[in-house]
Amino acid sequence: MTAVFIGVCSHAPGITGRAARAEPEVRDEFYRHFARMREAIEAARPDALVIVAAEHFANFFMNNMPAFAMGMADHYEGPIEDESWLAIRRTRIPGNAELSRRLIRSIMNEVDLAYAEEWKFDHGIMVPLHFLTPNYDLPVIPANINCQGPPLTPLHRAWGFGEALRRACDEVPERIALVATGGISHWPCTPDSGKIHEAWDREFLRRWAQNDRDALVSYSDEETYRDGGQGGFEIRTFVAAAAAAKGGKGEVWFYAPIPIFAVGCTVGVMNLA
Amino acid sequence: MATIARVSLYYTQKLLYQLNRDPLVQRRFRTDLEDLLSEYELTEEERSAIRARDVGLLYVLGVNGQLLMHYAALIGLEWNEYLDAMRQGVARHGPVRAGLYAMTTEQRR
Repeated sequence: MTAVFIGVCSHAPGITGRAARAEPEVRDEFYRHFARMREAIEAARPDALVIVAAEHFANFFMNNMPAFAMGMADHYEGPIEDESWLAIRRTRIPGNAELSRRLIRSIMNEVDLAYAEEWKFDHGIMVPLHFLTPNYDLPVIPANINCQGPPLTPLHRAWGFGEALRRACDEVPERIALVATGGISHWPCTPDSGKIHEAWDREFLRRWAQNDRDALVSYSDEETYRDGGQGGFEIRTFVAAAAAAKGGKGEVWFYAPIPIFAVGCTVGVMNLA
Repeated sequence: MATIARVSLYYTQKLLYQLNRDPLVQRRFRTDLEDLLSEYELTEEERSAIRARDVGLLYVLGVNGQLLMHYAALIGLEWNEYLDAMRQGVARHGPVRAGLYAMTTEQRR
């Protein structure tokens, strides 16, 4: 069939783990947009959810770090983190190994993709799933772009991955929802946690909503590190989602810096072209 | 920006990676730490930082911030305690020596 939904969202662990410490009004508005995204995904009647993540050493490590990876298992588990710290219970998440295999084979025509028949999720996938498929009843296919351990794949290759992923989704009979998840500027896991460069985020989201390929892939890693922090490297996931929209324009449903969540919290969708 | 880390920093991070994700390693961390440590090529400073659960020193040594955050959660550090531990580490041992997670704001004393 085809891709039936494409969206992006944040995944910071504070979103669930430090919920009680956020200003209630902005937090609840953010949660409402997560709920809106869940409803939009449900309305698209997907057979599977592909989640393009930027994981944080839950599964892949510096001994063998793939630039791109995709899960190929019938189930996954997560979160690896302390359950009370993340406020998400450890659980088993359904997958679809056979569908994964077909998608991976197709993507491999263009992208050297690692596959993983075993995959433990961290907050980077669990926080979105907590909001988007809270009963864990939709098969999930995880994908990962290495945004943690440099050398990192260049942005134009993240774009290429998004294109290949979309083409693969359009080749299979199943209906696929696609959610890419990352932060824009942020300095997580440092004493500067909570620092957010809002103007940089808004400019990035403007380019993203325009689906302006050249502008999106023009950031150098040096620029991103300086202006968006090491957390900014996760823009790769948003870039892949834009590519997957095949020229469709984006809508930013929600953006607000929420310092206790350590990121500019974002929910957006791409209109499918 | 990124610097190539020393071999021993790689193994410090590998230990934390395996610890954070594997309940079996967590059990060994609690019951037989010395045996666990002996499997990794670490400096004495790194070994003592892990023995003392010294998040501040591990931060300064250049452990990837995400690994360290998950580790801090594992050992039960409350959020503000965790942020304070990193600040105190920098105050005590100087700036972060490797990696991407250096502090960018003024040190508050």
